[in-house]
Amino acid sequence: MAEIRIDGKTYEADASKNLLDVCLSLGLDLPYFCWHPALGSVGACRQCAVKQYKDEADERGRLVMACMTPAADGTRISIADGEARDFRAGVIEWLMVNHPHDCPVCDEGGECHLQDMTVMTGHNYRRYRFKKRTYRNQDLGPLVNHEMNRCIQCYRCVRFYGDHAGGDDLRAFGAHDHVYFGRHQDGVLESPFSGNLVEVCPTGVFTDKTLKQHYARKWDLQTAPSVCVHCALGCNTTPGERYGELRRVRGRYHGRVNGYFLCDRGRYGYGFTSHERRLRHPLLPQGAAGPAEAISADAAARRLAELVKEPGRVIGVGSPRASLEANFALKSLVGEERFFAGVGADEQRLVDAILDVVRRGPARVPSLREVERCDAALVLGEDVTETAPMLDLALRQAVRRQPSRAAGKLQIPVWNDAAVREAVQDERGPLYLATPASTRLDGAARRAWRAAPEDVARLGFAVAHELDAAAPAVAGLAPEVRELAAEVAAELAAAERPLVVSGAGGGSLAVVHAAANVAWALGKKRGEPAEVFYALPECNSLGLALLGARPLEDAFTADADVVVILENDLYRRAGAAAVDRFLDAARHLVVIDHLAHEAGARAELVLPAATFAEGDGTLVSNEGRAQRYYQVHVPRGEIRESWRWLAAAGWENLDDVVSALAASDPAFAALPAAAPSAGFRRAGSKLPRALHRYSGRTAMTAHLSVHEPKPVDDPDTPFNFSMEGWQGPPSGALAAEFWAPGWNSIQALNRFQEEVAGPLRAGDPGARLIEPSTDGADYFTEVPPAFARRQELRLVPLHHLFGSEELSVLSPGIAELVPQAYLALNPEDAAELGLDGAAELELDGRRLALPVRRRPELPRGVAGVPRALPDLALPRLPEWALVRKGGT
Amino acid sequence: MSETPLTEHVDVDAPLDLKAYEKVGGYEAVRRVVKEMTPAEVTELVKASKLRGRGGAGFPTGFKWSFVPMDGDAPRPKYLVANADEMEPGTFKDRLLLEGHPHQLVESMIVAAYAIQADVAYVFQRWAYRLVERRLRQAIAEAYAAGYLGKDVLGSGWSLEMHVHVSAGRYMCGEETGLLNALEGKRATPRAKPPFPQVSGLWGKPTIVQNVETLCNLPHIVRKGAAWFQGLARSADSGTKLYGASGKVKRPGLWELPMGTTAREILEQHAGGMRDGLEFRGLLPGGASTDFLVAEHLDVPMDFDSVTKAGSRLGTGTMIVLDSGTCPVGMVHNLEKFFAQESCGWCTPCRDGLPWTARLLKAIDDGDGKDGDLEQLERQCKLLGPGNTFCALAPGAVEPLQSALKYFRDDFERHIREKRCPWKES
Repeated sequence: MAEIRIDGKTYEADASKNLLDVCLSLGLDLPYFCWHPALGSVGACRQCAVKQYKDEADERGRLVMACMTPAADGTRISIADGEARDFRAGVIEWLMVNHPHDCPVCDEGGECHLQDMTVMTGHNYRRYRFKKRTYRNQDLGPLVNHEMNRCIQCYRCVRFYGDHAGGDDLRAFGAHDHVYFGRHQDGVLESPFSGNLVEVCPTGVFTDKTLKQHYARKWDLQTAPSVCVHCALGCNTTPGERYGELRRVRGRYHGRVNGYFLCDRGRYGYGFTSHERRLRHPLLPQGAAGPAEAISADAAARRLAELVKEPGRVIGVGSPRASLEANFALKSLVGEERFFAGVGADEQRLVDAILDVVRRGPARVPSLREVERCDAALVLGEDVTETAPMLDLALRQAVRRQPSRAAGKLQIPVWNDAAVREAVQDERGPLYLATPASTRLDGAARRAWRAAPEDVARLGFAVAHELDAAAPAVAGLAPEVRELAAEVAAELAAAERPLVVSGAGGGSLAVVHAAANVAWALGKKRGEPAEVFYALPECNSLGLALLGARPLEDAFTADADVVVILENDLYRRAGAAAVDRFLDAARHLVVIDHLAHEAGARAELVLPAATFAEGDGTLVSNEGRAQRYYQVHVPRGEIRESWRWLAAAGWENLDDVVSALAASDPAFAALPAAAPSAGFRRAGSKLPRALHRYSGRTAMTAHLSVHEPKPVDDPDTPFNFSMEGWQGPPSGALAAEFWAPGWNSIQALNRFQEEVAGPLRAGDPGARLIEPSTDGADYFTEVPPAFARRQELRLVPLHHLFGSEELSVLSPGIAELVPQAYLALNPEDAAELGLDGAAELELDGRRLALPVRRRPELPRGVAGVPRALPDLALPRLPEWALVRKGGT
Repeated sequence: MSETPLTEHVDVDAPLDLKAYEKVGGYEAVRRVVKEMTPAEVTELVKASKLRGRGGAGFPTGFKWSFVPMDGDAPRPKYLVANADEMEPGTFKDRLLLEGHPHQLVESMIVAAYAIQADVAYVFQRWAYRLVERRLRQAIAEAYAAGYLGKDVLGSGWSLEMHVHVSAGRYMCGEETGLLNALEGKRATPRAKPPFPQVSGLWGKPTIVQNVETLCNLPHIVRKGAAWFQGLARSADSGTKLYGASGKVKRPGLWELPMGTTAREILEQHAGGMRDGLEFRGLLPGGASTDFLVAEHLDVPMDFDSVTKAGSRLGTGTMIVLDSGTCPVGMVHNLEKFFAQESCGWCTPCRDGLPWTARLLKAIDDGDGKDGDLEQLERQCKLLGPGNTFCALAPGAVEPLQSALKYFRDDFERHIREKRCPWKES
């Protein structure tokens, strides 16, 4: 710790930080632009100038940039000094030279860091009397809007996009007062993290293009803390609603999970909540006889009660995209023996194996923040960019750990970002990828190795054996694979924090087992547990696995009168013929979901479920972290949370469900700690969902009645559906929108953290449900035989950020970016099979005709097909299939 | 006539080839350092010579080298870069050395590279010096053939590769860290210091960047010693200096003179004084990015410390002379437009402040000046001062402006008052 003096007051400071970081952590107002807590300092904007004095006797001092000055012990500075203030006002005046005065029509208005900083410095009169510079804007695709005239050249966009996230299609062009940030030509931004530009940009150059379709100001949005439902990482989000419709999703800072950022699927996937397939009223479908009949919620609830009153004759099919509470409610209703997981046996076997590995230990699942701090990693079989995008971003930081140590030796502080990058250059730490097809992370890896799933698993087993001779050996390993295994093992063993990454995405149980062996062998070698991270398929895959359920296929043969399907489109889970038979056999079919789908059309009763925006619930992430998403707004129609439709007698609110669940199984003992109960109050008050500036509440429904409706009561959470309630700063864990006096933009976050980039005040949300046992486990011993080509091709699943996840593809922006189905294979295989334009194959009893994509990196005999696309679901990959030349 | 080691063998029409250069002592310095001296001894010799950088900043050369890590586990490769991006307005001194005596630079670079045990040397060369490129490549090829470059230089066990990099060129590339970024193929924006290039320079490795003229002194220091070198000068700063004069003088040109020669001697004896009918009004002593000196300063010795005391900087030592027939507002506008154009766009003050000053000056020069414009210009000069900007470009850029406002204020005021430029025919 260092002692520093700021304007005559003495403070304790962390000497490893820079002065700007320290000032903001202390809650002092000091304007800045180019610095970003996750990106570090570069000293470009010159906005954070302060006066620094040599010692107590120095009266003149000199201006320094706080972001570029270490908080060394004995530092004495002044923020209030006249010369420093004058200079800071001058910097804003320069920035405003070319900035258009279009705040009233700018999407950033009201949450603009440039506005805040302009007010903070006091610059308010325009003295520059010449013409402003103008630019041509670019079409950057359906997600991010570009308005370059507003640019103040802080360079944050390219630093995030290129330096931090590894994208190379957004650059700085031009020079002097004509620097341009964009692509070399119009086109869709390629990075899966492009949406962060919206938050990283301190003004309105990059804005959310989907928000623009139905724009509302920040202060007019109703928000609540939420969790992303588009993969299993559990990134925190802040959805914003107005007039009953979600308008946007922003990343919500979580010190241990997603930090400051969010992937584009998470940010832009919200469109399904207002999709035309939404169910808003309970329905009694008539089948071919005519349109479904809408009935009241009470009538629907009575109908359901009648159907399920004989519990022994009812089975339930749960869902990995439904909350813990919803699945638990269904399980409680039908009984443990009659509760089925709602995912195919193949996937369930993988997820159960993963749960088993992370529970048995001794390898621990790190948080995403901890992944960033790892300094060597082996990725086995998982295309993390497509299945767990923010894990890609975390690994990109991890790969810089080892090379950055060289910068540390040169006395370059870690926050001096440009200097660290110049010292590190293109050096990459030991990140090894072993997957069948190329991935977008390849460029960041030291080595990307291509092999069939069996051989990926064998590499993993071999690495484990290299680390610990007691781990099973791999027979008949090719010399170059043995060499690679030895190299990977040596790097992992030498690292301070090695990490093994795998997942269910590759569809291979052997790969999951191999990753476990590597992690365990590492633990033995190091004498302390290593870290292992498995990507899981859906937002609550792990929660569902923790609840325990039988595979979907067992439901197909179960004897039942009534089938209740929870938030699940079974046609994505199993072959169409099997699902058809199952649904046809059910005498009474009840479907609870927020989206209409084929199974719903065959149901006798359809109950409209709340989405994450319309109800509360808990999801368990990859990390085993249980996190609560809170209802954002009161939905139109007669929508209820699934758990409420299914609630047992005596369950009045969400807390009752959570308590019952926690009591039912020690695995959920920590669940009540994941979020404050509905009874939580600040100074006796509930917390508002809307900011104090929320406008129009008395007028919003005036076309229906001039009487302002009473806000709907929320029995499940400490939040009000209004701007009423506690007006002081909420605890960080419950803050959805970050606002502080003078800080209207997302940068207000600094005021809600214990320190800059640290945990939120009152703790980062959620509770980890899984801590591994330390006893150690027996190695998996079933090493698969080496991959051998056959007449058929080994079809492996390929994933698409935009396309493979069920809900996000319903967002119009994302829908534009979904690829067409295809078959990818090695060009030599294609030539041998005579495939040119199209291929035909049979899979899961389905005949597929797919256009051929030649991918030279694919091993011979291995072909890739999308695991899922909007009209394609292939849940049983990898699989052998005979591929023939198809019609054109 | 004093000694002129730098230019003695300069021949712009037919520079010495390797054999001819060797006959007049060429590459003797390389042989001596490689065979007889340790790298540390070379650095100590250069320190003792008190050689200071001729690129503009005047940093002591040997002292700069002493920050390069020299122990066994120093990062490799280490680099030496000759800054031949000469783009300071009014400055053409390095061009003479490059065109007229390329072998002298090659030899100099080998000496410097040996002192820091560099593995690779680059000449970062301005694109417009096309003749230089041809001659340098020729000289480097000859040096390779003679064993002065390449693997195991003269059997010493030390190896050095040398390359010419023809840069697309910008003023910013003259700044050493901007140069390094450009050499790496990146945008020519400056880097934060610390870390200094000596520890983290080209591709993150230890690097020394040195101006061409500075380097060219080295073989002479090696051959004749530090005391001789100090004896060349008329002031505390040692050696000779290539002084130049441009503007409406009788004989614009370039002369190698003892360091510390006065401005008056350069102007009156060597440049022949002002053209007939014109009076001297002031001069920028070392290129465009230095403060004006006026008549009262003519007897100031042109060395680093004396010029600084007079309120300006020696800079490159090539003066631009302002005469009575030229409008000072127009001249300063011309310069500020140049600097605004050459700003790399990295830091706010330079990127957005310099264009503002240029536009104000244009308005004043066009007769559109307003009350308060001079105060605004002064404010810009103050805000763009040293320490406030990321690199030295903007503080240098406002030096002619701030001093013009001081020495030629009447002319500025007259422009605004009369709403016209008195030097332009109405």
